[in-house]
Amino acid sequence: MTDLKQIKIDPNVAQSEYGFNGYFGDYGGMFVPEILVPALEQLEKAFYDAIDDESFINDFNRLLKDYAGRPTPLYECKNLTGPREGRIFMKREDLLHGGAHKTNQVLGQVLLAKRMGKTRIIAETGAGQHGVATALACALMDLPCEIYMGAVDCARQQPNVYRMELMGAKVIPVNNGSGTLKDAINEALRDWAATYEQTHYLLGTAAGAHPFPTIVREFHKMIGEEAKQQMKQQTGRLPDYAIACVGGGSNAIGLFADFVEDKEVKLVGVEPAGKGLDSGHHGATLTRGHLGILHGSHTKIMQNDDGQIEESYSVSAGLDYPGIGPQHVYLQEIGRAQYESVTDTEALNAFKLLSKKEGIIPALESAHAVAYAIKLAKASTHDTHILVNLSGRGDKDLEYVRNLEKSSNDEEAK
Amino acid sequence: MSRYQNMFSRLKEESKIAFIPFVMLGDPDLETSFEIIKQLVDSGADALELGIPFSDPVADGPVIQAAAIRALKHQVNLDDCFELLKKIRETYSDIPVGLLLYSNLIYRKGIQTFYELCEASGVDSVLIADVPLRETEFFDSKALVHGIDPVHILPPEPSDNTLKSVAAQSKGYTYVLGRAGVTGTDVAAKMPKSGVMELLKENNAPPLVMGFGISKPEQVTAAKQHGFDGVISGSAVVKIIEDNLDNRDELLEALGKFVSSMKNAS
Repeated sequence: MTDLKQIKIDPNVAQSEYGFNGYFGDYGGMFVPEILVPALEQLEKAFYDAIDDESFINDFNRLLKDYAGRPTPLYECKNLTGPREGRIFMKREDLLHGGAHKTNQVLGQVLLAKRMGKTRIIAETGAGQHGVATALACALMDLPCEIYMGAVDCARQQPNVYRMELMGAKVIPVNNGSGTLKDAINEALRDWAATYEQTHYLLGTAAGAHPFPTIVREFHKMIGEEAKQQMKQQTGRLPDYAIACVGGGSNAIGLFADFVEDKEVKLVGVEPAGKGLDSGHHGATLTRGHLGILHGSHTKIMQNDDGQIEESYSVSAGLDYPGIGPQHVYLQEIGRAQYESVTDTEALNAFKLLSKKEGIIPALESAHAVAYAIKLAKASTHDTHILVNLSGRGDKDLEYVRNLEKSSNDEEAK
Repeated sequence: MSRYQNMFSRLKEESKIAFIPFVMLGDPDLETSFEIIKQLVDSGADALELGIPFSDPVADGPVIQAAAIRALKHQVNLDDCFELLKKIRETYSDIPVGLLLYSNLIYRKGIQTFYELCEASGVDSVLIADVPLRETEFFDSKALVHGIDPVHILPPEPSDNTLKSVAAQSKGYTYVLGRAGVTGTDVAAKMPKSGVMELLKENNAPPLVMGFGISKPEQVTAAKQHGFDGVISGSAVVKIIEDNLDNRDELLEALGKFVSSMKNAS
């Protein structure tokens, strides 16, 4: 399974005392109040110590295999495209325990927290998926956890609030600001500034201050490692494309990490174009955002001319984050990955098509990657191999999509 | 001599320490904000610590967050804040004025441009709440070029390295955190552990000013006895604004009383 030690020779990151300085090119860093620096440096050290420790790696891999169900399958979706079009292969992270890739890195971080002697976990969540993953890992490893969730999101995602509570987590609604994911992160950071001695902040995506983007990538990169071997077994070679949806960027970096050195594999991240890139309602941070500093990282951000952070928008709540993991900005800048966008409508169509043709209901987030892959397959020939990270399953979205259809049917009836 | 140096040496002669109130520029609106700031100075504030409203203030508790939201509701932007700062400087030529803000506002404006504007508006110091020492070089180098003092925060229970870096890199004054956490009055400041004050002075740190969790005159006296050169009080001041939004006369009167009581204890 995953060999975390490989990161020590990762060419994308400069070396520092513990291995890295926290930058990917010019992006990343540790832009937090001074008071949080010791907590992040402690985490950095614990992380590098842990990945040098065989017993930690064994514990992590055992949980991934026996509890979470790794390795996940790779499945070629033959019904999705025509016989002359490109071939699409799905990395089935939707089959992971918890219903999404998020379980991977949460297990790793909770193990790290225990190793550091932390007795309490806090986390933020937007749609609730990272909150659910955190809650399950904390239930498993018997740590109390508190999840900050925007009040608006709590109302939109009641079933996930109940899931978290069922597993023993305390969900704290955040009313400040816009009451969404970014405000939940702010509130978690405020909590952490007062409690870091006993508390671990379990950040949910490959964004934020160093060392989070690195930790999250390393604890997700088995996605790409497994997929690479599986593609070789099933097709005899590497794929031509590796495609993933991008919100904060965790499932995408998990897929990309092991392919970065394989220059013949084109890496494509798919951002939410929402109601259209020119509508003002989208979450295409890499395509339309501007460089800035948010939640600890020098990265691209959705912001206005004054530097105030703007709300992003997507039909899929999990892609709705106004920042982006700094390594994606770097990969974009050096031309190693390209970032495209897909509208709500295209994602919804892919959601339905994959359900109908293959019997797989994807998360709306992952449906963005599927939509782009289908477009690409239709424009290519059968010898084009397209790997897609199907990062989560769509059960959580059923109610929402049903309501959307109902209201659009009502519109038509009028 | 800088305005800070003048102030601290004057206070030393008077055997007093500095009382520095914090308010958000443009809270609740630009016009009232100017009246508020005049009242702070006229009631005895020795220096001013002024915030610039930001949508995501991670180092601030609920009271100061609300102040930022009030100002943003009135569309107060960075340019408005600099206009207001110029007015303050035209009215009070000697009072030291520090800014406390978040890095994205500076970055978006352009770091160089931002410090040029600070210089042109009579700002004396800038503290960036979300830029720790390890990331500060790019900002501080530009600040120094424009004669702006970069202020750094000393966290509670600092390592020797952090203490020495803060002492060396903070200019104007040293911001000593009274406690962990975010701004607010719900948890009171504590005096630093023994040895911290001595070590700061040994390392020639600029005057030591305590902030976070300061809301009572007794705390000012205690800080003075402990060897501090000043205190900053933010949420307590901003709370008075929040509680008197519908009556400007009462607001100004309450602010005046609070500032005098804190100053008298200095």
